[in-house]
Amino acid sequence: MSDKVLMKGNEALAEAAIMAGCRHYLGYPITPQTEVAAYMSKRLPKIGGTFLQAESEIAAINMVIGVSAAGKRVMTSSSSPGIALKSEGLSYLAGCDLPALVVNVQRGGPGLGGIQPSQSDYFQATRSAGHGDFRMIVLAPSSVQEMADLTIKGFELADKYRMTAMILSDGILGQMMEPVQLNFGDIKQHDKPWAVTGTGCQREKNVISSLYLKPEQLEDKNRERYLRYAAIEENETMVEEYQMDDADVCVVAYGAAARISKNAIDLAREKGIKAGLIRPITLWPFPKQILRSAAERVSAFVVTELSMGQMIEDVELAIRCMRPVLLCNRTGGMVMTPEEVLEKIEKAYSIGGTV
Amino acid sequence: MVSYDNIRRVTVFAGHYGSGKTNLAINYALMLRKSLERVAIADLDIVNPYFRTEDSRTAIEEAGVRFISSRYANSNAELPSIPAESYAIIEDTSYHTVVDVGGDDRGALVLGRYAPKLLTQDYDMFLIVNKYRPLTRDSNGTVEICKEIEVASGLTFTGIINNSNLGLETTVETVLASQAYAEEIALSTGLPLRLTAVREDLNDHLQGKIENLLPIKLYHSLGGRFFS
Repeated sequence: MSDKVLMKGNEALAEAAIMAGCRHYLGYPITPQTEVAAYMSKRLPKIGGTFLQAESEIAAINMVIGVSAAGKRVMTSSSSPGIALKSEGLSYLAGCDLPALVVNVQRGGPGLGGIQPSQSDYFQATRSAGHGDFRMIVLAPSSVQEMADLTIKGFELADKYRMTAMILSDGILGQMMEPVQLNFGDIKQHDKPWAVTGTGCQREKNVISSLYLKPEQLEDKNRERYLRYAAIEENETMVEEYQMDDADVCVVAYGAAARISKNAIDLAREKGIKAGLIRPITLWPFPKQILRSAAERVSAFVVTELSMGQMIEDVELAIRCMRPVLLCNRTGGMVMTPEEVLEKIEKAYSIGGTV
Repeated sequence: MVSYDNIRRVTVFAGHYGSGKTNLAINYALMLRKSLERVAIADLDIVNPYFRTEDSRTAIEEAGVRFISSRYANSNAELPSIPAESYAIIEDTSYHTVVDVGGDDRGALVLGRYAPKLLTQDYDMFLIVNKYRPLTRDSNGTVEICKEIEVASGLTFTGIINNSNLGLETTVETVLASQAYAEEIALSTGLPLRLTAVREDLNDHLQGKIENLLPIKLYHSLGGRFFS
């Protein structure tokens, strides 16, 4: 008990980043992620780090590129419209094979939208973070504890595969307070022989660039990068399963929506409907195989998300449309109740079967 | 129980971000209303648009407490505005007024506007402390924030309320283990430890173990709103 602290999700994430060795935070305030920046502004100067409030999100992400090129663990955070501004930089990070941790505490969109929680940046995170062929590792926490745990994981994976890891959170997880334990044991650090740290006249210079004017070279580079992505899909996919052993209806949900879905599953079981949850913790890589094999056992799926229906497309693809997939959703900052999810579970149960 | 003898006309709740000011202010105002006819609560939080006294407007008004709040609170417009009506805090002396300000020095800055008048009046400003918040785990960190708030607000604290808790995981032991921490802050700031706030259901278990308990309800919790 005594080593637990009461933290907001945004604070837990920021403290975990510091514990992971991140000493450089570049960002710009936006609700509902501002506590990340506020926390870093208080802590980093005291431990020899750099907190910098950039003039814009675009400036911040470009500073991230610079710090990462110098071989340091670096982070930026924003909320939905701010992440859109970072698109170009995210693509450059990928093109330069640079590791970084980027946090999106999602709010309702499109446009300026609103400041209340949302999950409508799923496509943005898993598909269209920027131009060109590239992927980001996308981690979706579902508690304040996971805001911290996945931040550590994110830094480790980013360094290991030399790419961006994104924490895809939302206004609920960022703002809510829960007790959290900040003990992470050994945190993996990686050698970065590619970093631009000065040659000291002892070695060839390192160059960080995303520019390849020869098409053959650019194609090779892209293919090489996708081999790395294949290894990530093979090795790094993470899910949590809840009550799936005997489930007839499988709910698929991530983040805050998964928390609500768990309550709905408990309600369904009280009514005699065997429901279970598969919660993707990595949204990319997406747990395709796990869902595909669940489709052999369950009769229907319910996808719960705070969007007009984005992850549902990945679920339908993963299960090859073998079973009916129902959507339970709210948007714009509205959040579904467990009862609304229960209603969809009951409906899925009644129509379940082969499509 | 709380003694009503030394209730001041204006009571300001200030402290670290997330220390529980808003919830305490609501509880305190409702407690005052039990023995006083004219009680008001003023929401001067210009920092966080997510948690506001506004969320508990119904509970406050149903209890017969006057509610002073910016019309932009909970509009999601993120406007750090304060209502003209807030001058009632210092000018309408027929009311006992509880003032809820935003966290840290940034939140306390808003008090500067009222400070010159408040200093001439009968007021308390309580420092709300929680041992289980990461930046105020020891008395040093807490005293630092205490001083920052005094500089920003132009007011001096008059007492401490120990609100140490771990949310829903709070137990009798959680509260007892925070006593030494609260006393240490009292010692290094010279401020009296006025109250220890505890969740209602823990109150009976702590009677006789801690003096000046303030049993409180949790009026608004983001997790509770969505997950319970």
